[in-house]
Amino acid sequence: MTATIERGSATASINPPGDATADKKTPRRRGGFLSSSPGKKAVMAVTGAVMVLFLVAHMAGNLKSFLGAEEFNAYAASLRTLGEPILPHRTLLTVLEIVLVAALVLHMWAAITLARRAGQARPVKYAVRRKSQAGGYAIHAMRYGGTAIFLFLIWHLLDLTFGTVNPAGGTGTPYERLVEGFAPSRWWVTLFYVLAVLAVGQHLRHGLWSAFQSLGRAGRRSYRGLNVFAVTVSVLMVVGFLAVPAGVMAGVIK
Amino acid sequence: MNLTLKIWRQKDPQDKGRMVTYRVEDVSPDMSFLEMLDVLNERLILEGDEPVAFDHDCREGICGMCGMVINGVAHGEQVATTTCQLHMRHFEDNAVITIEPWRAAPFPVVKDLVVDRSSFDRIIQAGGFISVPAGSAPDAHSVPVKKEDADNAFDAATCIACGACVAACPNGSASLFTAAKITHLSLLPQGQPERESRAKAMVEQMDAEGFGGCTNTGECTAVCPKGIPLDTIARMNRDYLRASK
Repeated sequence: MTATIERGSATASINPPGDATADKKTPRRRGGFLSSSPGKKAVMAVTGAVMVLFLVAHMAGNLKSFLGAEEFNAYAASLRTLGEPILPHRTLLTVLEIVLVAALVLHMWAAITLARRAGQARPVKYAVRRKSQAGGYAIHAMRYGGTAIFLFLIWHLLDLTFGTVNPAGGTGTPYERLVEGFAPSRWWVTLFYVLAVLAVGQHLRHGLWSAFQSLGRAGRRSYRGLNVFAVTVSVLMVVGFLAVPAGVMAGVIK
Repeated sequence: MNLTLKIWRQKDPQDKGRMVTYRVEDVSPDMSFLEMLDVLNERLILEGDEPVAFDHDCREGICGMCGMVINGVAHGEQVATTTCQLHMRHFEDNAVITIEPWRAAPFPVVKDLVVDRSSFDRIIQAGGFISVPAGSAPDAHSVPVKKEDADNAFDAATCIACGACVAACPNGSASLFTAAKITHLSLLPQGQPERESRAKAMVEQMDAEGFGGCTNTGECTAVCPKGIPLDTIARMNRDYLRASK
């Protein structure tokens, strides 16, 4: 506090200078942008946007599986030759991967530190289970949903990227891994996938408009538009990502 | 009306506290919630018990002193209503009503339903003012203000600092309160010179007090007795991000 103002006795400072008890009572936090709560939310908004852009590209790429094995495998190969011949093999893809991992780590770091701060802010819980007055249950599942998506991500990479847990193994073509991965005999994997995609949809339903709010880019006039945008994009993402396993199940992709 | 009340009783800040059940009979539906508690307290005093302590002052919904979590909802389920303006006709006969204080680390319980909201005062002290020579009142309309800005600033300025936003927030965040105070000044010409330093100082104080961060759940604005809109928080974020450049 830099400014000092004169106040009448009626509104005398509740912490007169030299009152040490106030400083003892308030937990001091290190200053700085990244330790501030709006700063953390800005980090979440920006890193979230990076991941959403990736998801859109990922979904569009997935839909190529409907065009057949050749087309899909060529697409997968082209990701590795992206930027060639100006850049060496797999350069741009590696850079993108690093950006994505950094975005994920920062997003989770901000979420975890904010969740811990929230826990400390309410040491005694309410006796009555609080009802959502805002009516937005999608919002209240962000932390659980985010954790579920992270666990799925680990499995998903082991399954379809590294092929460790995929029947086609690491040596199969991307198309083989996809078809084998969603094989009817592995219905429980597909179920896991469907639930994770729904969790992503729920996460984006709140996250997409929330990012604008956190960056101070939302307002009374834009809330309706932002909500329509969030719902539309989430639904498109869910439909787009579920189309592939549905295609495998229906035998369109084989 | 006859009611069963489950009320949080806590002797002093050190006491662990517990829920105590009371039966209140012959309550008029025209009573306010606080008058109903007055009835209980008069009986408790006659019986030689300690009355239930709760904050209140104007009892007309503008001072911001009263506030309790009624059946899990700050100020009760009646929309845009303080506890003192909530009437018993909104409850069923023989209802069981649970009454708890605001729950947040920066709002320590003083006694029963009374919490210490000095943390709000410290947020205001950090920057919720404009630095001008405060002589006699300036002439009205000496500085032109756009109608829309005046309206929005006034909407934000209706915040009575009751603390319901903190009580309702799943993160125990004081963002709606702080944002209302920041918005009210940042929309007006008089607030411009200190706009960024104010946002920075008030947000930093809010964090230092131990309030949680905003996750845009909107629970605060849903229980706010003054209906402070959520876009105030977007404004606070914008001013804070600008100040942090």
